[in-house]
Amino acid sequence: MLRLIKDTLISQVVTLWKVFLHAFDKTDTVEYPDVKPQMFSRWRGRIILSRDPDGEERCVACNLCAVACPVDCIALQKAEDEEGRWYPEFFRINFSRCIMCGFCEEACPTHAIQLTPDFEMAEYVRQDMVWEKEDLLISGTGKYHDYNFYRIAGKKIGGKDKGEARNEAVPVNVRSLLP
Amino acid sequence: MTLLFYSAGAIALIATLSVILSSNVVHALVYLIISLLSVAVIFFALGAPFAAMLEAIVYAGAIMVLFLFVMMMLNLGQATEDEERAWMQPSLWIGPGLLSGILLLLFVSTLLTHDVTLAPVEVSVRDISLLLFGPWLLAVELASMLLLAGLIAAYHLAKK
Amino acid sequence: MKFEVGSALSIAAILFTVIVVAAMLIWVERRLLGLWQERLGPNRVGPFGLLQVVADMIKIFTKEDWVPPFADRFSFLLAPPIIMVVILLSFSVIPFAPGVGVIDSDIGVLFVLAMASLGAYSVMLGGLSSNNKYALLGSLRAAAQMVSYEVFMGISLLGVVALAGTFNLREIVLSQADGWYILPQCVGFLIFVIAGVAESHRLPFDIPEAEQEIVAGYHTEYSGMKFGMFFVGEYLGVVLVSSLIVVLFFGGWLGPAFLPPIVWFVLKASVFVAFFVLLRAAIPRPRYDQLMNYGWLFLLPLSLLNLLLTGAFVLWQEGM
Ligand code: SF4
Ligand code: SF4
Repeated sequence: MLRLIKDTLISQVVTLWKVFLHAFDKTDTVEYPDVKPQMFSRWRGRIILSRDPDGEERCVACNLCAVACPVDCIALQKAEDEEGRWYPEFFRINFSRCIMCGFCEEACPTHAIQLTPDFEMAEYVRQDMVWEKEDLLISGTGKYHDYNFYRIAGKKIGGKDKGEARNEAVPVNVRSLLP
Repeated sequence: MTLLFYSAGAIALIATLSVILSSNVVHALVYLIISLLSVAVIFFALGAPFAAMLEAIVYAGAIMVLFLFVMMMLNLGQATEDEERAWMQPSLWIGPGLLSGILLLLFVSTLLTHDVTLAPVEVSVRDISLLLFGPWLLAVELASMLLLAGLIAAYHLAKK
Repeated sequence: MKFEVGSALSIAAILFTVIVVAAMLIWVERRLLGLWQERLGPNRVGPFGLLQVVADMIKIFTKEDWVPPFADRFSFLLAPPIIMVVILLSFSVIPFAPGVGVIDSDIGVLFVLAMASLGAYSVMLGGLSSNNKYALLGSLRAAAQMVSYEVFMGISLLGVVALAGTFNLREIVLSQADGWYILPQCVGFLIFVIAGVAESHRLPFDIPEAEQEIVAGYHTEYSGMKFGMFFVGEYLGVVLVSSLIVVLFFGGWLGPAFLPPIVWFVLKASVFVAFFVLLRAAIPRPRYDQLMNYGWLFLLPLSLLNLLLTGAFVLWQEGM
């Protein structure tokens, strides 16, 4: 009997009192359009394509992001300029499918594709959710400031010959007998 | 009050007739509730507000709710409605109609031979209680014992 | 028999006030819930979101009023007005202040109980006529719950009636001039509050419309103003039960003279309305069988015991 009273009455009264005390706490709600919420820099929001410190496109059209994407919302086509540099001919992200999982960013070997804290992506027309390369490309380096894929990788492009990359030895001349 | 009495009486008659005539059980129940409520109004007009309220609480409020409750469990559909309609045949009406006609004749003849006037007598709650716990104490106690037995039985069943 | 009816103007005024208050409660409840859950609640429409009610009303009136083709039209249309009418009728016997009230009747308490028991039909007919299994489950639960808790409600009231010696609500208030009934009848008060919550099927006892289990229970198929009537009816029920608590246990309009009586009444009633909202904010819904067991195995014996002791006390006092 006493236990019943304790379970049904006392515990309920304690609950009521504790919830009542919440009246004097600060509200957690952020009044969004008037007050912008404080976002975190690693928040996974709208996707951008960044450039390397020299101002060239970072993306090398390796298709890894498109493969990693669980909802297959990235589409791109590889192209190559006369100097051997790879770049995407088009790069299209369908944001109406994107789930902001960030897998593309993880997969990208060049830090080209990055997610940003911008979450205000609503559109009135569904077609406007499909973003092309011109829309995605920004003029800066994004989160990684001094990474430059072509300066590290051994591939020969215009202005950088074999052996000129960082930490790269000059290629061995197999026809020479000298050490 | 006389107007109240006659209008409530008319409503009670119409509602009761609809109970018999409607083939949908739920509709019939709704009419029955209306009929009971108008009987409560008649009690009220006759100066017995306590009886009127008890009529509303016990009959319209509790017993009819149980009827409706059972109705919900039975899952009555179109088939029952057709069956009800079939039972409305005139041949089935002869017996009950005859008997109630005789009853009505008796009733009317009593009304005509005796001098009946509608004279409301005030019966307050206090009067009823004094009657119940005075001359009728034994009956009240017997009824309460019966109810207590029912209560304990229900308690026992619920405990299981 | 005492049976006084107020003037037509005061009746209209009371009716209007009660309905407006019930509608405003939609806003009050949401703001209070927000306060207790560290949110804000509606604050966009008008100052403090006060016009939210108007917006809701416009929405609800202009919504498509849809009767499902598989429903039983007669009972489907009949159900929503019943709850409104029944609860508004109950308000007619409530004494708000000296001279403010619709009917001054000797059977006030019984009338309220009768109306409460008729209110069950609204829920039952609504669920039954919807021809929807969730609605049916909801109204089955509602029927069992309301019929059971009516019993405890009635018995818990009888303690007060025994002490006051009358069924007249106005006289019950007047007899509390030297001491509110909350002290001698605290057990009755507790039972009445619990039964009142169950009668108006508010959270935590909103088992007939438990969203997580049975969609919206008995009003699953309702839309537009027909749903609005159920909705406002629920809030009217909250106001009614709060006013009854005040009248029966907290001395109605009685209070120190520096405030007019009606203000005392409104103040006391608002405390209980807020308490209802707090209950909703704090306590989770019990299971259906828990509710029934709690009622029949705990509240019923307790309320009978309370009545017995009160009766013994009254007899002992009269013998002295
Ligand atoms: S965030 Fe996820 S879903 Fe969106 S594009 Fe990248 S991999 Fe695809
Ligand atoms: S964005 Fe990165 S992963 Fe995607 S194609 Fe370009 S380089 Fe490859």
